[in-house]
Amino acid sequence: MAASIAVALPAAAQQAPPAPAARFVVVLDAAHGGDDPGGRLTSGQAEKAVTLALSVRLRSLLAARGIAVVTTRESDATLPPNTRAAIANHANAQLCLSLHATESGSGAHLFTSSLAPAPSSLFTPWETAQSAWVTRSLALAGALNSALLHAGMTVTLGRTGLIAVDSMTCPAVAVEIAPERDPDNSITAEPDNPDYQARVAAALAAAVLEWRSEARQP
Amino acid sequence: MIPRYQKILFIVLLAVSLAMGAELWHLRQRAHQRLLAGEVSAPTQAPEVAPDQQATLLVANDTDDSLLTQDRSLPLPADPGARARVLLGKLLDLYAASDSTHPVPGGAAGVAQVFLLPAAGPKDPEHPNAEMAVVNLTGSFAATHPSGIETENLTVLSICGTLRANLPTVIQVRFLVDGATRPTLAGHADLTRTFLTADAVPTPGATP
Repeated sequence: MAASIAVALPAAAQQAPPAPAARFVVVLDAAHGGDDPGGRLTSGQAEKAVTLALSVRLRSLLAARGIAVVTTRESDATLPPNTRAAIANHANAQLCLSLHATESGSGAHLFTSSLAPAPSSLFTPWETAQSAWVTRSLALAGALNSALLHAGMTVTLGRTGLIAVDSMTCPAVAVEIAPERDPDNSITAEPDNPDYQARVAAALAAAVLEWRSEARQP
Repeated sequence: MIPRYQKILFIVLLAVSLAMGAELWHLRQRAHQRLLAGEVSAPTQAPEVAPDQQATLLVANDTDDSLLTQDRSLPLPADPGARARVLLGKLLDLYAASDSTHPVPGGAAGVAQVFLLPAAGPKDPEHPNAEMAVVNLTGSFAATHPSGIETENLTVLSICGTLRANLPTVIQVRFLVDGATRPTLAGHADLTRTFLTADAVPTPGATP
């Protein structure tokens, strides 16, 4: 009996199906919404509308490539920062992007949490949950930076404290889209320009695909 | 047809009103003259003008998300709190200028007060006299500040960096708006936290 088990076990191990790969989930957080319009662009459009448009565009691109996408909002709804983080954390995502738009600066601004990196623990304070993921978030910012630069955009990298991002338990980056400017600093495309948004979304989608392929490597 | 007695009453009341008005004007003029007579208008003490001193400002640049060091000669008061307010006022004046690299309207009036308190938390042997600066911004400054992660972050960091460069004992900074805590500066930068001035360092290699 014992011999049969000893013999059978390797055979069973050979016949067992391979463990299914973890589902690759992306969370898109269109910042602001509802009672919180965010900033206002030169065109008069509120930031909340621009971020939602970019989120919808990016979600479509990612879904077309077979990537599961969870969005924090699909309409002009008011969402507190903690609810955004809760949605991201429940999704158990491999990547979280908080989408913003501004009239200041140029190109794309990528911000990771300013929390100091900390080892993962069983019980993590809500306000600093991102600290266990900061190292991965910095790597994600690097991947996004490469993709946006490859698309010909100006990119600035920084670190800051954002209430929603600081509570996310996933590699998280805040992507802020600023106007596109020429060398004379004149604006060539506003963040609400559909063509500009399409280029930004395509670059972000390329970065997500790159991130997924890296995540799947043993 | 208006009765005769009502006409007479109206004329009498009008005359009394005019007389009372004239008397009030007369009394006001007399009081004003008495006030001027009792006031010594000649200056008795020369105003104190603080001497010019070298100050270092960390000026934000939206173009490349950098903090540039600028040395300025400014009349600075001796009191550290007043000195901090003058420094931050000068910084915000630069931001309000037409050729600003980090346009923010409001200018020096955007800083209402700066208070210096003993730093929060356990005593650090390396900083025995560590202080926390509480910067009270005006509501109009926050209301007119451009909205965005980068621009708000740069404003906060340049304030922290300027305080660190000129008042080395200040290691922590907290922000109030009109004397009260506020979740964000203009929708993004979290103002509920305590900022460490050590996090606000000038961009390496950047020159004004």
